[in-house]
Amino acid sequence: MESSKRFDARAARPIQRDSFIEEWPETGLRLFPGPGDPAPGIVVRDGRIVELDGKPESRFDMLDRFIALRAIDPAIAMEAMALPALAIARMLVDIHVRRDEVIHLFRGLTPARIVEIVALLNAVEMMMALQKMRARRQPFNQAHVTNRKENPALLAADAAEAVERGFAELETTVGVARYAPLNALAILIGSQTGRGSALTQCAVEEALSLKLALAGLTTYAETLSVYGTEQAFRDGDDTPWSKSFLAAAYASRGIKVRFTSGTGSEALMGHSEGKSMLYLEARCLMAIRGGGSQGVQNGSISCIALPESLPDGVRGVLAENLIASLLDLELASGNDAMASHSEIRKSAKLMLQFLPGTDFIHSGYSSMPREDNLFGGGNFDTLDIDDYNVLQRDMRVDGGVRPAGREEILAVRRRAGEAVQAVFRELGFPEISDGEVDAAVAALSSADMLARDVVGDLAAAERFLGGGGNAIDVIRALAKSGFADIAEKILAVQKLRVSGDFLQTSAVVLPGAKVVSAINDPNDYEGPGSGYRLEGERWEEICAIPQAPDPRTIGVGGGVDAPVLAPAGEAGVSQEAADVVIAVGPAFGTALQATILGLSHREVLAELKSGIEAEGMRPRIVKVRASSDCGFIGYSGALLSGSSIAIGIQSKGTTVITRRGLPPLNNLELFPQAPNLTLESYRAIGRNAARYAKGEPVLPVPAQIDNMARLRYIVPTTILHLKETAEVVSGGAALEMEVNS
Amino acid sequence: MSQYPLSEKCPGDLRTPSGRQFASITLEAVVSGEVTMDDLRITPESLRRQAGIAADAGRRQLADNLLRAAELASVPEDFILAVYEALRPGRTARERLLEVAEELERKYNAPLCAALVREAGGS
Repeated sequence: MESSKRFDARAARPIQRDSFIEEWPETGLRLFPGPGDPAPGIVVRDGRIVELDGKPESRFDMLDRFIALRAIDPAIAMEAMALPALAIARMLVDIHVRRDEVIHLFRGLTPARIVEIVALLNAVEMMMALQKMRARRQPFNQAHVTNRKENPALLAADAAEAVERGFAELETTVGVARYAPLNALAILIGSQTGRGSALTQCAVEEALSLKLALAGLTTYAETLSVYGTEQAFRDGDDTPWSKSFLAAAYASRGIKVRFTSGTGSEALMGHSEGKSMLYLEARCLMAIRGGGSQGVQNGSISCIALPESLPDGVRGVLAENLIASLLDLELASGNDAMASHSEIRKSAKLMLQFLPGTDFIHSGYSSMPREDNLFGGGNFDTLDIDDYNVLQRDMRVDGGVRPAGREEILAVRRRAGEAVQAVFRELGFPEISDGEVDAAVAALSSADMLARDVVGDLAAAERFLGGGGNAIDVIRALAKSGFADIAEKILAVQKLRVSGDFLQTSAVVLPGAKVVSAINDPNDYEGPGSGYRLEGERWEEICAIPQAPDPRTIGVGGGVDAPVLAPAGEAGVSQEAADVVIAVGPAFGTALQATILGLSHREVLAELKSGIEAEGMRPRIVKVRASSDCGFIGYSGALLSGSSIAIGIQSKGTTVITRRGLPPLNNLELFPQAPNLTLESYRAIGRNAARYAKGEPVLPVPAQIDNMARLRYIVPTTILHLKETAEVVSGGAALEMEVNS
Repeated sequence: MSQYPLSEKCPGDLRTPSGRQFASITLEAVVSGEVTMDDLRITPESLRRQAGIAADAGRRQLADNLLRAAELASVPEDFILAVYEALRPGRTARERLLEVAEELERKYNAPLCAALVREAGGS
């Protein structure tokens, strides 16, 4: 094989570690409708659906039957199915067709027709449609909170940080199932520590999950998984009816429920029946609506790497998100499980949900480093959070996260750790030591936590839940031990279980226990000027990332030194052949004292001068006042220079060597990247200027090339230049300058 | 939708199953032992009201679910878990499902849930 270092370098890139395969429709390894999918169609007789997507009632499987009975409105079906797919596809992106008109039609469509419609949209059209069709007006976000050691102090601290960062729902799970009560309790306390409020859940087996919710240790449930074929559904140990019943059971105790589905699961389980992933997902979503769930998390979820291995996979996942919204379901749109090794690919995929907005952009943003994520999640984790904040600010997009500074975060982490410590003490669980709380505040991950008494913790967990322990016990323990504020907030969320307000579609609980849902904040997007616009306080909050200072404060406070230079009259034209002018900018050595690299103007001048003097020439410092432009500063200096040679230097350090007779923007040598200039460079520049003056051959000063310099320094460059320009005296004559001793 | 959220717009209408006023669920009452976990439950009336709000928003299936929930609000947890278990695949003969449905309807006055269970059994 012919060698190529470029191919070798590419072979080492992260994208090469992702899996890619060609389509294989017969096994379900295909996203969009293929040869194995049925043609859309419906037959309604006496108000009853007797044929669905080409299959007569007599051949209905479990899902067909459930969908026909519960998910499709026969009264709308005839009207909706009579419309061509293309006509409906166009309505999705037509701002003149309102959301509720589209929702109405989708109450009467079959799975195959729905997939046919979305397949007609390209990725941008799907994003436009998602923007219009998501149920709630304002997007929010959900976080994962887990750790490998199942350390309660760390769970509480991470939960508190997640809520402080704006996450509206927190989801934990377990490595060891018996930890569930303690993990649920830890994030419950953490979630209400700082700003409060958020809903919390613990993903475990259905019966245990229900028990935790009944005890008030969780306030929502999400892992009610649904599959698109009968066999996959049975392998998941449920039927559409058992899931529906479970949904009603949760609601009967005031607990929010969201189902889970996603492309690829059936193929992964070997039960695709040769159907496309999207067709099967459409069936899942219809079963979910039919079952009466207010919403769904989809977007392939834990199977995401499978659709992403296929052509059209990422668009397919966007399509499944869109179908959920078209069915008027709350949507938590994936972006949770590890999907790629490539940061480019991960971020690009994220944009498909982030830009249009969904009810929850991530159905699990990892609020701890991904190695602690027990969901197989962490595609985006806590170490990416500053990037995420910047993305919101860059594109004026509400991704459901708020920037928060170090002090604020560490304070809530500590308080959460102390609160869970107190509750453990009150309830007689194994002690959480002060050292453990300290470690939880400061930890990067659970690797920083010492091992706990696992046997003791598990016994306490069993005793607690088995003995009827519940949220009231937690509230009392908090109130008794000086955490009445947290107790109040937990109680406020528990009270909402009495009102049932967060059972409505797309509900979130915001600080002050305010419920916002698709009922009181319905998506009203109808094109530019409508819908959710990131404005006011929320926009200001997103703008204020901790690393963005007020530019007016940059470089202020360094100017306390006395000026380096003092004027000594108007500068004249020298007749001396040894005269080499150092022409400085209007602020140099007076209003400003140092270059962009922080080199003092005094030292820079000393180096330039000594370079000139080393060659036997005589430096003369002249301040150009009429321009702040480096070329013109040098040009003006050369007009005064006895040798005709001048060095022009701006306050930020950008330097030019020029000769009288050259046009202002031409030169002998230019050093445009001030951040790369050292004191040594300035000495060399002085020396070269002197040699030009003597008419000797000159080897140009080697200039370092660093393409990142502009990126790193463009803000201080701009600010220093603004200050230089502020000192310009229009038409002002150049001044002779002396260095103050 | 002017009444939603109920907790904000008309807390005075809300009661717990024990008849307690929504506003009387306070931290003091919890600490004193006056309010227990049983008070932090939703009533069938509130669930029906939420069902009405969902139905008005055009969400028929969600409304139906909340109506089934209203039926289950006073059903003991053990029986709820037993019904769920019976509905899971391969657990129960059709006859047993019909018995469960019967019990839901007769004993707990839960005809909508009973219908769901019967439907699962194929009828």
